[in-house]
Amino acid sequence: MRANQPCIVGIGQTRYTKWGGIADASEIELACRALVAAARDAGLPVTEIDGIASFGDDKSEPALLQAALGLRELRFSSMLWGGGGGGSCGAVELAAMAVETGHANYAIAVRSLAQGQTGRFGRYDPNWHHASFIHPFGLLAAPQLLALSVRRHMHEYGTTQEQLGAFAIACRRHAQRNPAAVMRERPLDMATYLGSRIIADPLRLYDCCLETDGACAVLVTSYERARDLKMRAVPLLGAVHGSSKGWSTGPLGAHNQPLDRYASTGARSLARDLYGRAGVTPNDVDVGQIYDNFTGLALMSLEAFGLCEQGQSGPFAASGAIEWPLGRLPVNTHGGCLSEAYIHGLNHVVEGVRQMRGTSTCQVEDARVCLVTGGPGPAPTSALILGRA
Amino acid sequence: MQCYLPADVPLPDPASWERQFWVHCAERRLMFQRCADCGAIRHPPAPACAECQSFADAWISATPDAELYTFTVIHHANHPALRDAVPYNAAVVIFRSLQNVRLVTNIIDTAPEELRIGMALELVWEEPVAGRVLPRFRRANLLARR
Repeated sequence: MRANQPCIVGIGQTRYTKWGGIADASEIELACRALVAAARDAGLPVTEIDGIASFGDDKSEPALLQAALGLRELRFSSMLWGGGGGGSCGAVELAAMAVETGHANYAIAVRSLAQGQTGRFGRYDPNWHHASFIHPFGLLAAPQLLALSVRRHMHEYGTTQEQLGAFAIACRRHAQRNPAAVMRERPLDMATYLGSRIIADPLRLYDCCLETDGACAVLVTSYERARDLKMRAVPLLGAVHGSSKGWSTGPLGAHNQPLDRYASTGARSLARDLYGRAGVTPNDVDVGQIYDNFTGLALMSLEAFGLCEQGQSGPFAASGAIEWPLGRLPVNTHGGCLSEAYIHGLNHVVEGVRQMRGTSTCQVEDARVCLVTGGPGPAPTSALILGRA
Repeated sequence: MQCYLPADVPLPDPASWERQFWVHCAERRLMFQRCADCGAIRHPPAPACAECQSFADAWISATPDAELYTFTVIHHANHPALRDAVPYNAAVVIFRSLQNVRLVTNIIDTAPEELRIGMALELVWEEPVAGRVLPRFRRANLLARR
């Protein structure tokens, strides 16, 4: 591996709770705790962190983190534009770029969300993109907007409610083994899924991700520096963020994405670039951490990233292919945003690192390539691929 | 006026380049922005043409061939104004002879179980607040259209 190859050498997380569950620590403190945990995991003094990246309008500004933790020298700080979890993998990409170019030695991507303190994403936000063209018609939140795409997917491909449910149930099953998962000890079966209340049809309660409190962080350094640290380095084979023409007024905006791919996440070209950069193909992917804001969108991500044929994600999920341990492509082995926690998908990167270290609670045997995707719907969105050193 | 959704649902608060769309609506004219140079139609309105990057614009009338492209029936109100309005639908409408327009709206006078993708629709205007006019749709009376 080349000396400046970006590698993930530390992961850190706080406790995860239902939104409002953490009242005794601010979002800044949670971010600090995630940084400390990631540095400790790597065996690096936290004060050596000299690069900070985030996304989704995170409020944990580097100035505050540096002041609180006494970071010696900040050399790189950056925030990926766009709301929600679109930038989860992109923030790691920014950290990796800083390391690869030598602008920082130890760059960390962090996301902190205490929704009980700072507001839930399911609520009405007057500053939403293209608000004037959606809010007057009662489309005031992500599940309502994205239900339009899911309905169209059902119409075009015959995707069923039970197939959406299969994705939610797989995530919930995996969460039962994860001590950190908010939905541990809350199993879900198909009858319960189908009996749950409708939010915006076809999306039911269990099609929608959790809203939670917590923070996590991912520490990136070069392969050269990683050799002096404690943990086995997990190389970041490739990372991308972006959006295609027509998709910035897309599923979470005025719904003017191109008709020929309307019922999709619009990430197909992003996926092509990602596989090209990483030098692997969809067939090489052993495990996926697929951003699951809503079941239907996670299914569409499987298609966009070539893990199944266009339109076939429903049958693919219902076949058991995405379930650990027997499926051929276990997905969201931590439980995802549906059942572990909603740290805007940076928790998916953390789980990807565990898979590449061999330490997941749903460890895929001999997993060598892990795909992680960012939030589908917002623009830009992002994705990355992890490998094994 | 009794409208499909309550009057205190957030009304358009357009950016400068979006304002003309709503001025037309107040005149009960559904019009879409068109590039004055290359003729490409765009929606929602934008400061420049995505096809030729011209900043010169004109407007074109919607055609009467609207159809339902997709919809959702919302059961969980996430705004106090909608608490008594659920379940209500929200929809995306396309126009057969107008390329590149997907319009978010509601379908009135139609029960949820009667909504069908592809159904022909006709434009209706609703004025929840004096001078604030919204384009909505209902199932087209095809006999009347002939």
